[in-house]
Amino acid sequence: MSPRLTALDALHRALGATMTDFAGWDMPLRYGSEREEHLAVRTKAGLFDLSHMGEITVSGPQAGELLDHALVGFISALGVLRARYTMICREDGGILDDLIVYRTAEDEFMVVANASNAQVVLDALTERAAGFDAVVRDDRDAYALIAVQGPQANGILGSLTDADLPGLKYYALLPATVAGKQVWLARTGYTGEDGFEIFCAPADAEHLWTALTEAGAPAGLIPCGLSCRDTLRLEAGMPLYGHELDTSLTPFDAGLGRVVRFDKTTNGGEFVGRKALEEAAAKAESAPPRKLVGLVSEGKRVPRAEYAVVSAPAEGESTAIGRITSGAPSPTLGKPIAIAYVDAAFAAPGTAVAVDVRGKHEPVEVVALPFYKRAR
Amino acid sequence: MSNPQHLQYSKDHEWLTAADADGVSTVGITEHAATALGDIVYVQLPAVGDTVTAGETCGELESTKSVSDLYSPATGEVVEVNEAVTDEPALVNSAAFEGGWLFKLKVSEAPADLLGADEYSEFTKS
Repeated sequence: MSPRLTALDALHRALGATMTDFAGWDMPLRYGSEREEHLAVRTKAGLFDLSHMGEITVSGPQAGELLDHALVGFISALGVLRARYTMICREDGGILDDLIVYRTAEDEFMVVANASNAQVVLDALTERAAGFDAVVRDDRDAYALIAVQGPQANGILGSLTDADLPGLKYYALLPATVAGKQVWLARTGYTGEDGFEIFCAPADAEHLWTALTEAGAPAGLIPCGLSCRDTLRLEAGMPLYGHELDTSLTPFDAGLGRVVRFDKTTNGGEFVGRKALEEAAAKAESAPPRKLVGLVSEGKRVPRAEYAVVSAPAEGESTAIGRITSGAPSPTLGKPIAIAYVDAAFAAPGTAVAVDVRGKHEPVEVVALPFYKRAR
Repeated sequence: MSNPQHLQYSKDHEWLTAADADGVSTVGITEHAATALGDIVYVQLPAVGDTVTAGETCGELESTKSVSDLYSPATGEVVEVNEAVTDEPALVNSAAFEGGWLFKLKVSEAPADLLGADEYSEFTKS
């Protein structure tokens, strides 16, 4: 099957991007140095094509109730023009995907799924919609998604729109005109920086990308690929589906039990996965499973996904105590960092453990997540 | 990018200088390889005195996204390694054919299947 191309494909090629297959999409991995792209987002601004993300519109009088039933969050309680990070689970509590839900109107929501899971989420929502007065619509082809992220994002976007950016809070959205085009403008992102995500018609994507590039160049904005998006989210301690999250884990296993809202009042409090998640919550209290922690290495070799985490006793044999889910050299810290699931006994910050890097044990220290938090 | 005419190239994307009067050649990876790897963050080189074999692993190159084996383009004894690239791996990206060289080798056996600059350019096009 040939990969899907975003509306910005020709621009990426003109910019000389290194492309990569990501969940069936041909996406920019990097345009130049991924380290420079990473640092631009931390200190200035970066421009991303995220059109691979899967938009699903849920509308109708019972749209909120349907999402309360289908997802673990209390979605009907979300204010209009607000967004929420949430998850969709199986009946057994396993995570199908993590999502952002935007309430675009009283009776309409936009669910944004990971590209790799968009079909699974669409199918699950469609199936779970039975009996609700609500419609689930595949809007993957209706939107391109462009993100502007970094401390200069606000100023750059402000020069292209009359929208009230100071009034647009984190995890809120607005219908706005940007560079003459009608878009959904959301203050969300996956980088740990202030920034915006712009949902636009695919036909308008090139115009918006070019306008943002021109408006942003004086402030240091550069195009950024998925490679730096991954290191940015890793530093910010944000999970990535397929790495920190998968169907074998519940939100409680991932340390994200807060997204599960047992206090929902709609549908008599019932939702898909409730029973299993109640058990997972109780188990997390009584017998803590492996915990998701940060690891920092003073060495140079990089702990990577699927490497074993081992104990580092002063004497005697080391034993396997966990596994890495994501790892990379951190451009901000200047050291290798990783996220790992480790046995609860080794999860306290400051604990000395090691990572089996291709047969050699590299010492690492357990740290609290995130690795990086922006100054406000 | 252009591949210098005075070098020879392996299909594993290493380059090799012609041996000097002492029979020593300098080894590095090509700009094509460095670009494909992305930002290189860690370089593990063979030690001085090690014997390396043409086509066999003699070290590691680690970039943001991946780890790759380093292959020697010729057989011989390592007589010098570039400490500058172990301290500053980004040199391999910025100066693959110059300051980003990796090690020097007293070649005992020159391999027959190295490519010229034009052949290597053609090889990397496909």
